[in-house]
Amino acid sequence: MDIDLITNILYAMIMTGTPLLLVALGEMVCEKSGVLNLGQEGMMLMGAVAGFIAMYHTDSYILGFAFAMLVGIGMSLLFAVIALQLNANQVAAGLALTIFGTGLSAFLGNDYEGKQISVLPSLSIAELQHIPIIGKAIFSQNAIVYLSWVLIVVVYLFFRYHRQGLSVRAVGEDPSVASNLGLPVMLIRYLSVAFGGAMAGLAGAYLSIAYTPMWTEGMVSGKGWIALTLVVFASWRIERIILGAYLFGFASIMHLVAQGLNWDISSNLLAMMPYIATLVVLVMLSRDKQRLKLFEPMALGKPWHRSS
Amino acid sequence: MIKLVPRAQASAKWGYLSPILAVFLTLIASSILFMALGKDPVEALYTFFISPIANWYGVTELLVVAIPILLCAYGLALCYRASIWNIGAEGQLLTGAVVGTVMALQFIDSSSAWAMPLTLIAGMVGGMICSGISAFLNLRLNCNETLVTIMMNYIALNTLLWAVYGPLKDPNGYNFPESALFGDSTLLPILFEGTRLHVGLLLVVLALVVTWVFMSKTFLGFQIKVLGLDKPAAHMAGYKQKKLAAMVFLVSGALAGLAGAVIVTGSTGQLIPAISPGYGYSAIIVAFLGRLHPVGITLAGLLIALLFMGGEMSQMLLNLPRSISGILQGLILFFLLSCDVLIRYRIAFTFKRSGLTATAKN
Repeated sequence: MDIDLITNILYAMIMTGTPLLLVALGEMVCEKSGVLNLGQEGMMLMGAVAGFIAMYHTDSYILGFAFAMLVGIGMSLLFAVIALQLNANQVAAGLALTIFGTGLSAFLGNDYEGKQISVLPSLSIAELQHIPIIGKAIFSQNAIVYLSWVLIVVVYLFFRYHRQGLSVRAVGEDPSVASNLGLPVMLIRYLSVAFGGAMAGLAGAYLSIAYTPMWTEGMVSGKGWIALTLVVFASWRIERIILGAYLFGFASIMHLVAQGLNWDISSNLLAMMPYIATLVVLVMLSRDKQRLKLFEPMALGKPWHRSS
Repeated sequence: MIKLVPRAQASAKWGYLSPILAVFLTLIASSILFMALGKDPVEALYTFFISPIANWYGVTELLVVAIPILLCAYGLALCYRASIWNIGAEGQLLTGAVVGTVMALQFIDSSSAWAMPLTLIAGMVGGMICSGISAFLNLRLNCNETLVTIMMNYIALNTLLWAVYGPLKDPNGYNFPESALFGDSTLLPILFEGTRLHVGLLLVVLALVVTWVFMSKTFLGFQIKVLGLDKPAAHMAGYKQKKLAAMVFLVSGALAGLAGAVIVTGSTGQLIPAISPGYGYSAIIVAFLGRLHPVGITLAGLLIALLFMGGEMSQMLLNLPRSISGILQGLILFFLLSCDVLIRYRIAFTFKRSGLTATAKN
């Protein structure tokens, strides 16, 4: 294996892992408030199509990503009304969001298949990309990759040091106690769900603007679901989400690795890798049920109403 | 102010009314959608919901579409009865089609009477392999069944693609990603001359009766219901939970696999990449909309099949993309979940000013 190959694999790994990182970050915040939103896949698809359409008409990256985040928030609020206000089963409501988002994004994007936009360029930071091996991976990425690192730090600090971070966690552990302490449980949950939606929208737009500058039906291909596993994998801890996202990023670029090493394996078989990796991770995580429960927000997925 | 007040007991009446109300709301929402797209809503609704089944041929086509959806949905309903969130019908359908094709290709030049039944059985085995892996991961290794089954869907899809681009590709097929055309002995017989409606319909009727009797008349069916409603109670009663769970996984896998085999032997006559436009996902909606009851599922399945056909019709006649049927499917599920709130809560209108509380009738 030569140096160039390693350099490129590291670069592609981070680039491919970024959308997973963003969605998993959003879903983690959402789950910390006690809400399980399985609609990530649908929200990402909507973000992808919305970002692409906005970008196609305005040719502005900022508008593209902003619009995608708004659409993601809108989708997540739809889920929130059904799951939080109407107390529907959160698993079913999340599934409904994914099915709805898949259909709606295919409909909206119908006229945009095959259209072209300019790809989000990568920004080199102070010529540091010439550092061997890691230079290209860390200092020659696009703006959203850098933004994802900023977001990680912000979310980490928010939960570690900010009072409101503690409020979110309190709501996720025991909403009744939190409510008795005077915390606005519903508001906190709504905001957490909306943050998840914004991140999913951003991640979707990353796929359609930065990763492959085009829209194809169903282009998210399960990344929203993989991100859900990632949150469990990370035991709801941010540091581990970074590790997990880039590991999954690596599993997704196995075809590049195979090409570089001249392996002769069907690309369809290699395309299974991220899903198989997800299963393997699930198996390793789930061996000890007690340990998993230790980290999970206690009220996760349980409907709560003030009167109850 | 509108308030939700918990009911003392879940309302059985709203259990039946909620799906009907959800369909009604979806019709209203879709007319608004058509209007927003600049179409005459009456004409659009007619094109979407009536014109596909305006004649006999249309009705038989509706049944052709409904067959795989219903097979998947009966099986999923068993899982949901047991509170197992299996959303892997799509993957089980695809593996069923692949394994069924492997069997069918053995009989390409044969006129054996075994060809068709063996292909269908192979399809069921294929579906069971897929759901069996999910069951093993879920029951033995404690993995979350939703995530496992969704991952299996993607793995199955890639297996199908690998198969049609690789080992199962027709050697004389000009390099198209398709298997060879099946022999006549493998194809499902047509029920009515001049239509495409095949004997798969009889399999659906059989599955309907069997799952109905199983769930309402047998002790195993009762155990599954208890397991779904109250896990500790099932444990106390000494039911073999894992065996029950494994059984519903395998049965639903077999039914979905059968659906896949029925598609390749009944509709396409060969394995192609696009054998399912998401039937396995639609079956989830069908199972919920049908209240997990085989009869309700049958009605809901026909409705969702109509949405698929309506999508095709509006693409041809109204110049709208067919994916509009996906939006309507999502909307139905949203409305259903929202209406279901009325099963456990009643709506109360409170007037703060006078302190008077008026309660809506149920």
